[in-house]
Amino acid sequence: MELEKLRHGTDLIKRGFARMQKGGVIMDVTTPEQAKIAEEAGAVAVMALHAVPADIRKAGGVARMADPEITAAIIETVTIPVMAKARIGHFVEAEILQALGADMVDESEVLTPADNLYHIDKTKFTVPFVCGARNLGEALRRINEGAAMIRTKGEAGTGDVSEAVRHMKQIMGEIRELAGKTKEELIMVARDIEAPIELVMETAEMQRLPVVNFAAGGIATPADAALMMRLGADGVFVGSGIFKAENPEKMAAAIVEAVNNFDKPEVLAEISKGIGAGMKGISIDTIPEEAALQTRGW
Amino acid sequence: MMRIGVIAIQGNVSEHVDALRRALAERGADADIVTIKHSGIVPTCDGLVLPGGESTTLGRLMVREGIADEIRGAAGRGVPILGTCAGLILLASEGDVQVKKTHQHLLCLMDTKVNRNAFGRQRESFEAQLEVDVLDSPYNAVFIRAPAIVECGDDVKVLARIGDLVVAAEQGNVLALAFHPELTDDMRLHQYFLDRVFGRQDESC
Repeated sequence: MELEKLRHGTDLIKRGFARMQKGGVIMDVTTPEQAKIAEEAGAVAVMALHAVPADIRKAGGVARMADPEITAAIIETVTIPVMAKARIGHFVEAEILQALGADMVDESEVLTPADNLYHIDKTKFTVPFVCGARNLGEALRRINEGAAMIRTKGEAGTGDVSEAVRHMKQIMGEIRELAGKTKEELIMVARDIEAPIELVMETAEMQRLPVVNFAAGGIATPADAALMMRLGADGVFVGSGIFKAENPEKMAAAIVEAVNNFDKPEVLAEISKGIGAGMKGISIDTIPEEAALQTRGW
Repeated sequence: MMRIGVIAIQGNVSEHVDALRRALAERGADADIVTIKHSGIVPTCDGLVLPGGESTTLGRLMVREGIADEIRGAAGRGVPILGTCAGLILLASEGDVQVKKTHQHLLCLMDTKVNRNAFGRQRESFEAQLEVDVLDSPYNAVFIRAPAIVECGDDVKVLARIGDLVVAAEQGNVLALAFHPELTDDMRLHQYFLDRVFGRQDESC
């Protein structure tokens, strides 16, 4: 086999990577030590960032890609895939993450956007991207730009799962509504939701997004994670929910088990016992609109 | 009816289920396909698939759910087993440093030593036309953060290599692939697995 005959960065490989994560939990980590805890607990991947969303929210200021030294140290420490966040539109941060060896880039609204008009052209990269979405149109626009995985935006750093629930139900509901529509009706929908017709048709036919769809933004307990799986998520991202909990090790392991047992209330009851308090969190009602992270990106 | 179980703890589960359905339709055969997350179902299966996913997660939960011992039991009874990607790691008897440092649980069903990410990180993941011993023309193989077999015992039959690395092998009733046949439309390797599942039934008749 000649090495030049290997094809890298194809859609199949990018989307295939995302599919390997299905049924798993991806955990936010800020240090190699935290990454180790996540791996031990059974996380399928970790997300490297400089501070968990709850702390980003508290600190204010401009939130950027994590220090490459930390990301590199995390990559060095664990054997599971390492994802990392880049600012919306900041293709150079994404290039740096790819150069570091990050396995997937999250073009994330949790960081301060670097471009208020355009998202990154993700087709130009060898590594796959995950992007946040609140509705079907937003999800399909990101996929059209090359995203290999979608996650709900929810409202990161709150520990309030209600926005993730809203976004997941919104996307699932919009997909159900496509069923049975004629081509001309789908063209109308595509215009309404500002998404490419080809992707709308593909979604209508498959009755699911063309890429893996995870839940994110406010998941703080095993029950929250199971709830998102029940609503049809392919897996979950947990941000502040683990390392802002009273006992991160126990919370991490419990959330992993909850995702595998999401439809078994008796098992969930056992899993949820004696794991310490979840993150304190803030209710979505108390967050002024201008402080919401989910409205970043479009 | 024959029953084929797909271990469904995490990873490429629905893709394998779909691929098995397509392969069964191709050969005009019928079988019950079940997904397995908990103990109790593996012993009822005539064939088992260990899909790709994250081997650390899969290994941990397979032990916690009590599935690991059941798979070993089934292998001992000669039930055909197909492991892809992470499945190839789980079937092995020894791992590299990367595998060892995570205290990875291995099923030890093949006399093989594996490297967890033998080809590198995701940016090094690739597709390639692969010569496979049991197929008459190359197979478009999709490698995603793929493992490889670096050493194998005398009982292991090598089916495909890339350079020095073994990426497909079989030992008795166990078949291991470092790549993902469930991600493409080429059903030949699933057929090869089904030949064993159905062939075994014919023998017992």
